[in-house]
Amino acid sequence: MNSFKERLFKAAAYTASLFTIAVLLSIIAGLFGEGLPLFKSFSPGKFLFTNDWYPTHAEPSFGALTLIIGSLAVTLGALVIAIPLGLGSAIFISELAGSRMKEAAKPVIELLAGIPSVVYGLFGMAFLAPLIRQWFKLDTGLNIFTTSIILGVMIVPIICSMSEDALSSVPKSIREASLALGATRVESIFRAVIPAAKSGIIGSILLGFGRAVGETMVVLMLAGGAAKMPTSIFSSARPLTSTIAAEMGETVMGDLHYQSLFALAILLFLLTFVTNLVTELVFLRRGNQ
Amino acid sequence: MQHKVVIFVLALILAALPVLAKKTQITCSGSTTVLPIAQATAEAFMDANPNINISVRGGGSGVGVAALQNGTVQIANSSRPMKAKEVTQAKSKGVNPTPYAIALDGIAMVAHDSNPVSNLTIAQIKSIYTGKIKNWKDLGGPNLPIVVISRDVASGTFEVFNEKALGGAKVGASAQLLASNNAIVTTVADTPGAIGYAGLGYLSSEVKILNVNGITPSDKTVKDGTYPLARKLYMYTNGKAAGDVNKFIAFIQSAAGQKIVKEQGFITLK
Amino acid sequence: MNRRKTWNALGTGILSATLLATFPFLLIFLAQMFYKGFAVLSPEFLLSAPREAMTAGGIFPALIGTFLLTALSILIALPLGILTAIWMNNYGKPVWLIRILRIAINTLAGTPSIIFGLFGMAAFVNIMGLDVSLLAGGLTLAILALPVIINNTEEALRTVPADFRDASLALGATTRQTISRVLLPTALPNILTGAIISVGRVAGETAPIMFTAATFYSRRLPGSLSDEVMALPYHIYALMTEGTHPDEQVPIAYGTALVLLLLVLLVSAVAIFIRYSIRRKRQW
Repeated sequence: MNSFKERLFKAAAYTASLFTIAVLLSIIAGLFGEGLPLFKSFSPGKFLFTNDWYPTHAEPSFGALTLIIGSLAVTLGALVIAIPLGLGSAIFISELAGSRMKEAAKPVIELLAGIPSVVYGLFGMAFLAPLIRQWFKLDTGLNIFTTSIILGVMIVPIICSMSEDALSSVPKSIREASLALGATRVESIFRAVIPAAKSGIIGSILLGFGRAVGETMVVLMLAGGAAKMPTSIFSSARPLTSTIAAEMGETVMGDLHYQSLFALAILLFLLTFVTNLVTELVFLRRGNQ
Repeated sequence: MQHKVVIFVLALILAALPVLAKKTQITCSGSTTVLPIAQATAEAFMDANPNINISVRGGGSGVGVAALQNGTVQIANSSRPMKAKEVTQAKSKGVNPTPYAIALDGIAMVAHDSNPVSNLTIAQIKSIYTGKIKNWKDLGGPNLPIVVISRDVASGTFEVFNEKALGGAKVGASAQLLASNNAIVTTVADTPGAIGYAGLGYLSSEVKILNVNGITPSDKTVKDGTYPLARKLYMYTNGKAAGDVNKFIAFIQSAAGQKIVKEQGFITLK
Repeated sequence: MNRRKTWNALGTGILSATLLATFPFLLIFLAQMFYKGFAVLSPEFLLSAPREAMTAGGIFPALIGTFLLTALSILIALPLGILTAIWMNNYGKPVWLIRILRIAINTLAGTPSIIFGLFGMAAFVNIMGLDVSLLAGGLTLAILALPVIINNTEEALRTVPADFRDASLALGATTRQTISRVLLPTALPNILTGAIISVGRVAGETAPIMFTAATFYSRRLPGSLSDEVMALPYHIYALMTEGTHPDEQVPIAYGTALVLLLLVLLVSAVAIFIRYSIRRKRQW
């Protein structure tokens, strides 16, 4: 009886593990199964490198370049804001702040990371966008600039908390050695501590990138939704995620438009998959623990 | 022993699932344009019939049609007639989509309040949106570049505008594409050279409504079909509507229901 | 030497400025949410359904919907996640399988939530025919929560000292007995903290439920797993983008957002508090 229970328990744990892998595999199979048929009637080259996104037209075309550029534009904009703020805060917390502040900072950052994105979206749409439209005398406040600000603030906690971990795990001896050699606080931070924590910091930025590129609600509510090549930071954009969310409802199941949205999802999945894999294996080295 | 109890409870839950899954309500799903009408009429209908619950879902015309095909909703809301492909697909699944017109909607051309131009022809609208006319002076207005504003290409409103005003032509690359009727109206209200279009339910007094082919969009012109940018809004059911579903649709088509349609900014059938 | 001192001061200044720059934004954000949100918050707002074409009334059905969706997804994900973590921590052979599993978990953790939404729509709603329902949404959210729970549980199991396990095994207990009587009880507080954190994450998600569970308007509370539900995050989104009466609906959206924000912050704060107090109390 006992050994039966043993085996049953082990089997249950084993099944659960296999289930997790199966979930991932079926997501991949689902995306590719629904998305790849698009390329039977629309060439992958045209999909990736042309700009005409007219999915519901009589002669539909699915050039996703504008959508890809849209995603990259808001993500890079977000990183421009989040890297200095997140990294600077991390360095301050880890290297300059007193232990009291250090202890208080971590949970606060964690709380901020948990704020639902739709709440940020509401704030951006109802509060920030009208202000930006007035300040810069624009036609619309729903643009790359507004989106980048909100998205940037959203990923500050991620970059901050991960780089803080990396900085804190730099051995104390490195700091002491540098200070003992006569370096100032700031010199030893930039010449000794940061180089030692480099890979963890890059990892945190990549994670922030992955998070920003996959964020849906904020870009759906704030980016303006124009499937057009952006000409300035005040242009509207239609990133991959918001295209999927906004158009899924208008498709006929199984038609080209439906498949094209799954094709976008494949693109998005590959983008985040590669980013995460590189981050885990190269920069954080958690993959083979 | 514990384990046996757990297994027993699990089995009970599994056995109870089909019972729990019994539907006791009407679900309608589809076009976001129809959403305000469906929601407001459902509310009034439930006040009068407290034993019936109606759930109103958006998603888009396509989602509603797909759900009707799968038999998971009783009513599909649509801001356009069903596409031929959708009908064949439905028929192959043994579903026979039957349309019920529930309201009319006009798409109004809007410009900034200060703009002296008050009428455009369909041909002019097409030239503006395809980028051939770029300045208001070519339309008898001031020397002011036209800021072309359009809905994004996947929306139902765009589809109707594209078909009725542009004859299927593609919108020029300089057009701004906005994601909602509201965004278009506020943008046009604040931009002197702007032209845009929006459903009648979304208009505000801050924008100037243009005549199209000399005809003002109004209750009368949309109803008698003289205003060119008009459409019907539908609810589709599988076969002829029966029972509570029929009661609900009949309510929307009744005088009381049409009053709500009007309150929501749309145009009544009669 | 003086120049170096100046640089030092400047560097310190800039670093503190980055931290300080983040604060005003957050302050404005929180002030705006609370100021606009509190204006509509009332017991009636929490306990009644929307009325008058969504321009009045409250958010009760959405509150209940979010509660049910979250509870269901955690109920599904928690046992699966704990079992997976146990296997990784205790059985874990063959090693290559562990590697694949780890890649799978990390990939799932980094996958954008809209992709879960798409998958949920294709797999649960369409193929399995669950329709847009509490069950379909719960399953989709469970997949989203799974990697978080696995990672947390594994971390929790790993912090149990090896001595505990060795002692138990040496006393003749089987692996299963060691796990269920020694490892799990010791790691339980940390496992629960992980679960609470994923509750916070799941409750605020919009994209995964858009096509799998959420409805714009329903007055009745869900009577079964196959009913669609209103949910707080989707309610905010729908009011902001699909409403025709912005003057009345934007304030309601703010109120809904404040409720969601308070719920999520409260839940996460509880989790964080538990974790920190465990760390402080730990004796070994």
